[in-house]
Amino acid sequence: MKRLMIGNEAIARGAYEAGATVATAYPGTPSTEIVSSFAEFPGVYAEWSPNEKVALEVGIGASIGGARTLVAMKHVGVNVAADPLYTFAYTGVNGGLVLISADDPGMHSSQNEQDNRGYARFAKLPVLEPADSQEAKDYTRLGFELSERFDTPVMLRVTTRLSHSQTLVETGEREEAGVKEYKKNAVKFVMLPGHARLRHVEVEKRMLALKEFADETELNRIEWGDRSLGVITSGVAYQYVKEAMPDISILKLGFTNPLPERLIRSFAGQVDRLVVVEELEPVIEEQVKAWGIKVEGKDIFTLLGEYSPEMIEERLAGRDTAAGFGLDKEIPGRPPLLCPGCPHRGVFYTLHRMRLTVTGDIGCYTLGALPPLDGMDSCICMGASIGTVMGMEKARGQDFARKSVAVIGDSTFVHSGITGLIDIVYNQGTSTVLILDNDTTAMTGHQDHPATGRTITAQTTSKLDLVALCKAVGIEHVRVVDPLKLDELRQALTEELERREPSVIICKRPCALIVKEPPQQKYYVDAELCKGCKICIRIGCTGMYWLDKEKLAVINPNNCITCGLCPQVCTFDAVKIVEG
Amino acid sequence: MPNQTRNILIVGVGGQGTLLTSRIIAQVVVQMGYDVKVSEIHGMAQRGGSVVSQVRYGEKIYSPIIKKGDADVLLAFEKLEAARWLDYLKPGGKVIINNDRVDPLPVMTGKAKYPQDIDQKIAALVPDTTIVDATAIAIECGNVKAANVVLVGMLSGAMGIPAEEVEKAIATMVPAKALEVNLKAFREGEKLFAAMVG
Repeated sequence: MKRLMIGNEAIARGAYEAGATVATAYPGTPSTEIVSSFAEFPGVYAEWSPNEKVALEVGIGASIGGARTLVAMKHVGVNVAADPLYTFAYTGVNGGLVLISADDPGMHSSQNEQDNRGYARFAKLPVLEPADSQEAKDYTRLGFELSERFDTPVMLRVTTRLSHSQTLVETGEREEAGVKEYKKNAVKFVMLPGHARLRHVEVEKRMLALKEFADETELNRIEWGDRSLGVITSGVAYQYVKEAMPDISILKLGFTNPLPERLIRSFAGQVDRLVVVEELEPVIEEQVKAWGIKVEGKDIFTLLGEYSPEMIEERLAGRDTAAGFGLDKEIPGRPPLLCPGCPHRGVFYTLHRMRLTVTGDIGCYTLGALPPLDGMDSCICMGASIGTVMGMEKARGQDFARKSVAVIGDSTFVHSGITGLIDIVYNQGTSTVLILDNDTTAMTGHQDHPATGRTITAQTTSKLDLVALCKAVGIEHVRVVDPLKLDELRQALTEELERREPSVIICKRPCALIVKEPPQQKYYVDAELCKGCKICIRIGCTGMYWLDKEKLAVINPNNCITCGLCPQVCTFDAVKIVEG
Repeated sequence: MPNQTRNILIVGVGGQGTLLTSRIIAQVVVQMGYDVKVSEIHGMAQRGGSVVSQVRYGEKIYSPIIKKGDADVLLAFEKLEAARWLDYLKPGGKVIINNDRVDPLPVMTGKAKYPQDIDQKIAALVPDTTIVDATAIAIECGNVKAANVVLVGMLSGAMGIPAEEVEKAIATMVPAKALEVNLKAFREGEKLFAAMVG
């Protein structure tokens, strides 16, 4: 029977059916469920790597060692893994390797919306683009065959809407691919200049062979309809086109690098008007234009965000979409916010009150940038907070470092914060770094990492000791505080900021969502004592709300987990424990 | 089996359980032999942001997302979210609103006002609007967390989906110790829908 699967689960299934035995990843929306699903299969090895570069390097080793290997990451993760990726494209594989790039058009949960098909062109990798979960499974499985047949890593590029949509999948049997023989082959795998020059020749030969394949494969197919309009499309955009305009002619591309030139020329010659429908960058369109074919694309479609069936209707058919009820004009936005009981709230409340300059990082705590906490000055990429605080100190001097901090999560610190910290020590910075240690990778749905002491399958393992690590790189002043004890946190910050030496404060308290025990006590606001100053509302907690008429703060007992923060901020001692 | 595609938009606030509701409904229509696509939101928006799940079923489904003005039913776990997504409803469509208010950040901080009587405004625009206190019913059933399953009952009533199919799906999807409460919550939701439609 067919089963509903999100795209990510289907990719894991495809890798399993292809006989993959190794999978690696660093969690990142929208890619996370790929390797966590794969880990549930029997007889396979899966890991959360410390970052995407390590994930790919372990994957490369597994491939050279002869195993079919799956490596998964979000689009920006490929930036981290780009260094090994470009050169691995030269060496090629032993066991097949499929790299999943999960892009995020519309930035549902990302800091940019880069189009990683650009990477594939740059690194000269073949690219598969599935359009639903069935294809995600089938293409992944096929990806391993292509990887071995053409001796190349293969990129399977998906987007959020594919990764997180459930569609029906017919599963197949696992092929026991086994582990291929390993023979030392230094000319292929040791990329000295002399060897690499030889490999580059192979890469260019391979691209020509892949171009032939692109023209022959059934992954690229024409669905003939009305020939007055022909659309070239791939991925989930294909579904939007089919939904909006089922009667036109469509060239559906499942294999998009290199492009099938003969097929595209033939299609272009048989339709009156040719349009490329692709989210984000004009990757297909520009190549088609370079061949001298008249085609439309980004002149009618946007470079920004996700597409939709109604957008296709508007731009291609000129149909007006629903006018609507007009209620939306009075609807306030609902940005995401820190959960009730979140330990980060204590940190950002304090940083805001102390008026510090805060270089931030990637994680739930990036939400500390939003009002009312308003506690962040910059956030660029994984691990950037520490280098950024150091750079600000070097630009503005040591006195500026007395009122600035870097804030980084435990998983992010392990991912790529450690080298920044070494730089502060080595180049005599004096900044203070806050590691927000909530014992998990929270934003992506609570994955383990080296400092939790648990593996992807929840096995106990060696636990990275963050205090010892910071001391080992040369930080003399390392202290651990509870971020929901505001006095303790403030005192630690005051003391460490004063010091003209680098220091680390580890704010240690588990994520409120992984604490299983229900709260022992309940709070209420004593209406007699509440003066309506709203300071408790300014911690931005949904465990609390404001009654405008009564000028009174009220606890929402369904949301409050009695974390103890609001009684500490209340000047009038109005938050009380419910007796009995 | 109806030939035409049916579209259900389930909206709410991250953490309210919209994902489980959409997954139960999707499982039910798979059991019934339809082609199905479900679009979900994971990641940052789940932290108290505006979230939406989309369930589409019929003979053959292409897009996993629903076009504006094309939803047969808008099921809202929270009043403001019902208003936010109302334009996705098709003419003659049905709105089910859980009578819950969760203030978004701009309201909490005084930058914006929570619109007054927003559910009544929706009811005035859409004749087929049902407002229900699923949270209270769930508490009566024994667990406040079962509010989303009360809404499953309302929804399956609205879509004309047989109860035994839903009960079968719930049994495969919720932990054994929570099954009784969830089945009770589902039946209460269904009963309530029947009573409201009269």
